[in-house]
Amino acid sequence: MKTLLVAEYRDGKLLGSANELINFAAKLGGDAVMFLVGNETDLPNFDGKLYLADITQAGEFNPGGHKQLLLEVIEKEQPQLVVLPHSSYGWDLAPRLAVALQAAQISEVVEIKEGQLVVPACNAKLRRTVKATTATTVATLQSGAFTPSNDPSGNPEVIKLESGSSGDIQFHGYEAAGAAAVDLSKAEVIVSAGRGIGKPENLPIIENLAKALKGEYGASRPVVDAEWAEPSRQVGTTGQTVAPKLYVACGISGAIQHLAGMKKSEFVIAINTDKDAPIGEVADVLAVADLKQLLPILTEKLNS
Amino acid sequence: MKLLVCIKQVPDMESRFKVNTSGDWYDETDLAWRMNEYDEFAVEQAVQLKEQIGEAELTVLCIGPERVKETMKKALAMGADRGAHIADDNSHQQDPFAIASLIASFAKDKGFDLIFTGLQSQDRGSAQVGVMVAELLGIPSLTTLVEFDYTDGTVNGKRELEGGSKAKVSCTTPALVSCQLGLNTPRYPTLPNIMKAKKKELLSIPAAELNPPTAQQQTINIAPPEKKGGGLVLEGDPAELADQLIQLLKEKTTVLN
Repeated sequence: MKTLLVAEYRDGKLLGSANELINFAAKLGGDAVMFLVGNETDLPNFDGKLYLADITQAGEFNPGGHKQLLLEVIEKEQPQLVVLPHSSYGWDLAPRLAVALQAAQISEVVEIKEGQLVVPACNAKLRRTVKATTATTVATLQSGAFTPSNDPSGNPEVIKLESGSSGDIQFHGYEAAGAAAVDLSKAEVIVSAGRGIGKPENLPIIENLAKALKGEYGASRPVVDAEWAEPSRQVGTTGQTVAPKLYVACGISGAIQHLAGMKKSEFVIAINTDKDAPIGEVADVLAVADLKQLLPILTEKLNS
Repeated sequence: MKLLVCIKQVPDMESRFKVNTSGDWYDETDLAWRMNEYDEFAVEQAVQLKEQIGEAELTVLCIGPERVKETMKKALAMGADRGAHIADDNSHQQDPFAIASLIASFAKDKGFDLIFTGLQSQDRGSAQVGVMVAELLGIPSLTTLVEFDYTDGTVNGKRELEGGSKAKVSCTTPALVSCQLGLNTPRYPTLPNIMKAKKKELLSIPAAELNPPTAQQQTINIAPPEKKGGGLVLEGDPAELADQLIQLLKEKTTVLN
């Protein structure tokens, strides 16, 4: 079994997901080689062949060009498995490769079980073990699922690639995230509202509990998208990453993007009517209740 | 201008999921069905573009059994002009490449200028189908869009990245865009539009007529995740629950000190 790992650069820097790719390959066993559009000053800690295309020539976001470069490497190395992070870069590039290679793509791998790849379904309420029937398989890895306990060490043997084609998409640079009006990372207690609050009129229930616990209130993505709460209150992959002493998740089902933003909290209480909600996986306590009934009582008892 | 929006019907994600008898997907009994959330943003963006252009025709496409027509009617009530239902009772067994092949096969000679899809489905979540459709049709695709603009044959968009920053991208039509949550505010269909939608064309095409490819992957097992344990589950009267939670906060945390 030979694996090709595709690392990601953002804003001129190697992303930490490279270590997850290396750890995944180690768990899977067999040979691994790596591919990167980047530069020589910031390379992954990888003992093996690294095919490097220069980022100033190949472009940081240029999926058509990156695909062509990868196809050259694949032609040469003949890997059975091509692995990318399941990120905005990986989920965009992987299907382009899969179609070109006539390869099955297995998205968002969370586990290797008896040599087979396992992926989530239905908001992580189910797990599916998948088998590809094609000669080559493309896979993407869920962020955080293969984080190594210790960062790998190693020095790659760099093989430079000639710059690729320009592709059919123009990239015009980045727009920085808006400065957060509320810095949740400093709060010791965060009470967060999820879709389960039902309507914006119920947000004060969350705010009141946050006040009673001398903390801040946060929100999950659907609540922010619905404009029930300010974007600066969003906890999760595309919002803030927090690690308070206490995190109270109210009516939050626990999508992976939300969990990634709060799972390092010291103590997690989840309040949800759905006993099977994935938030239960990271919660120290799951109170199965309607937050509209429980929260006002809890707030009153805390205040008295 | 010809527009296509591809949607999927999915179960409500708050449902309790059970494994079906063939052991390859969830059991459909007692599930409530709705439009995949990402696709609501795709439909809304397509309808907004149609309103912007004026002279545009919007087709909504959905693959699945008879029941998916209910979800297609919502898209028609939101503003799509006609429906193309690709009838397939076993669409849940099709892999993303097969689904993409059906869509590409339907779209290839119809001259769509823009195709809208959701970033991913809520049940399968592969995030593959949109990009694959574009690759099969040989057109550019912009994914994960949280901002969209169309002017004179050029699509300008912003892709949402991890950490909250955005990448500014553009391409020329024909093209495909995949829509991320928050791209716009999907409208609620009004009662008059729901009535009008009932009279709109909704054609069924058997999937077999579109030459679906053979499967590239198969599900060998599906099951709820193993509970890691450790988490305490409390149930009962809210007042008692509140007391139990306060007791736990005193014992396990320092936040009440």
